[in-house]
Amino acid sequence: MSAEKYIPKSKIAQWFDSRLPLLTLSHHLQSYPTPKNLNYWWTFGGILTFCLITQIITGLVLAMHYVAHVDHAFESIEHIMRDVNYGWLIRYVHANGASMFFLAVYIHIFRSLFYGSYKSPREVIWIIGLLIYILMMATAFMGYVLPWGQMSFWGATVITNLFSAIPFAGESITTWLWGGYSVDNPTLNRFYSLHYFLPFLIIGLVVLHIWALHVPGNNNPVGIDVKKNSNETMPFHPYMVMKDLFALLLFVTVFLWFVFFAPNVLGHPDNYIEANPLVTPSHIVPEWYLLPFYAILRAIPSKLGGVIFMFAAIFILMLLPWLDTSKVRSATFRPIYKKFFWVLVFTVILLGYLGAKPPEGIYLILSRLATAYYFIHFLILLPVLGRYEKTDPLPMSISDPVLDKPGILDKVKKSALEYEGENAGSFK
Amino acid sequence: MLVHLNNFLKSFFIFFFISILPYSAFSEEKKINFFETNWSFDGIFGTFDRASLQRGYQVYQEVCSGCHSVQYLSYRNLSEKGGPEFSVEEAKAIASQSEIEDGPNSDGEMFMRTGRLSDKFAKPYPNIETSTTANGGAYPPDMSVLAKARAGGADYIYSLLLGYEEPPADFELDDGVYYNKFMAGKKIKMSEPISEGIVEYLDGTETTKEQIAKDVTAFLVWASEPHLESQHKMGFKTIIYLIILITLVYMSKQKVWSRFNSKNEEKEEAFDKVEKVVTEYEGEDPKTFK
Repeated sequence: MSAEKYIPKSKIAQWFDSRLPLLTLSHHLQSYPTPKNLNYWWTFGGILTFCLITQIITGLVLAMHYVAHVDHAFESIEHIMRDVNYGWLIRYVHANGASMFFLAVYIHIFRSLFYGSYKSPREVIWIIGLLIYILMMATAFMGYVLPWGQMSFWGATVITNLFSAIPFAGESITTWLWGGYSVDNPTLNRFYSLHYFLPFLIIGLVVLHIWALHVPGNNNPVGIDVKKNSNETMPFHPYMVMKDLFALLLFVTVFLWFVFFAPNVLGHPDNYIEANPLVTPSHIVPEWYLLPFYAILRAIPSKLGGVIFMFAAIFILMLLPWLDTSKVRSATFRPIYKKFFWVLVFTVILLGYLGAKPPEGIYLILSRLATAYYFIHFLILLPVLGRYEKTDPLPMSISDPVLDKPGILDKVKKSALEYEGENAGSFK
Repeated sequence: MLVHLNNFLKSFFIFFFISILPYSAFSEEKKINFFETNWSFDGIFGTFDRASLQRGYQVYQEVCSGCHSVQYLSYRNLSEKGGPEFSVEEAKAIASQSEIEDGPNSDGEMFMRTGRLSDKFAKPYPNIETSTTANGGAYPPDMSVLAKARAGGADYIYSLLLGYEEPPADFELDDGVYYNKFMAGKKIKMSEPISEGIVEYLDGTETTKEQIAKDVTAFLVWASEPHLESQHKMGFKTIIYLIILITLVYMSKQKVWSRFNSKNEEKEEAFDKVEKVVTEYEGEDPKTFK
């Protein structure tokens, strides 16, 4: 993206780079121009990459000790926890890592929603990101099944049963997914296989996600285009690397706090009871990061309807770049959208809370209201707001809000006003 | 328009919380108040009390092990660091009291032998079905990870052990079912397991019900998390390390960024020039402008 073409210094490097431009790639990644006004919400991309790598490395080690068999899975987890050197650490990092991964991805997604990062010309980045998110949910769900505890088994039963709601072919599809007539050993085996495979698919999509990002470059908190190769941008290395590293370390501190001092609070105690197909737990709940969708699923009175709405809740996000008709990206300059953004955040958290509650009484009524609002936000509010909202004036460049601080512009303006004297009104 | 929206949203949230809070407060009423006690293993510096763990093991051995297995615990764990820390000889002696099925031998027969350090704890029943039949239709759960498998953990187990009471007058109980206010549904098939003086501690500690319950609960917490102490120690060191590292990285980041910011001053200088031109044009002294 830099203006001048990069040419390696040494002859050997030139020889190699002209055959496989890895050095050019590396140079591009280092000099990649980033807007200087990125705030700390922009550090979560790097944090997510870290999460993915952590999950893959710890997962690789766990796979060396785990046994994917209904009679041995639970036992092999306890073997890892007790007898494998630092097995407890590796497993707790992996289990809490999943939660931290989702925490980071939710922040990343809501950052996009607030600053309008999904808008032109970044629609493809957004859609690839959503595909990553969907694969993450599938991977995490299957990973939760592997310890073969009560929640593993019953969670798997509930989720796979959703497919039986599909008209006509539903039953056959479920049988095909299970590899039998109930969740059993074949199910566990294929989930293990897929749980190992999907992260590599995620890596592939992450590469595409970053590639697609490097074409238009980063959005920024002001939401207007930056002038490349001006002093509005700074090279990724060392500036953003240092900032990302600092943010990452803060994140890792929170992460490891959970790992060392509260490794089980984000899980469900029932998953320390070995799976028993004859005993149904009183409440079957998925992991916290899937709860909002679980609430939507249960809010709809029909099974097929619930499944449709649950998937629609995810896929509607794919249409977001076209549903949001406003040309202004950043919510900073959209006074009304900004309010509704926070209402949406609240609604999603509320749905998460309701997903953990039994679907009855006030909880059910609230989940229906929240589900309705969720769809209204995307299908009605965003298109209408884009048309009628009066946005605040945008600055000329991202430098304005920064340089305006010492009041230089004001001074210039003021003196100009004074000069104009009586005609000052016309100056506005 | 915006003011209306603001007011609407505000009143919406206020209405929402007013309507929800009493309800959730009401549902929280069901929240169980466990008996309170201080656990030495709580908190980031938490460690186990060795003597308590050794006594807890004794309670498990003499009171619980008739029905409850701890199948993921090995005898060698008893002498490992961070646990009850019996001496290796003591642990060997404990292991040798158990009968373990081994085999097949060269004749293809299974045989019984005395336990070794490397063996897992002997189970009272060969499988869940036998234990269910032997215990009137409810199997005593394996206790290896019990403290992690119950909401409330140590507090729950401790309270359950002490939670046996006379049922309220209108509460119906079948034969062989007992009233325990901490059990889900308040019915439990296990009869009250501990009573004052049911064990005799070798170290002369008083054998009140509370003391026995506390010791065996501590033992079960260790059984479900045998590496808890190293977890806490490593955690503390890691956090300290991270705090130092974060400070250094933050200072480096500030240093690196100051380079860019000083470059940016050039642009500010350009603005200053504009300012100067404007003020000069006005015929004012630039100094008074500031």
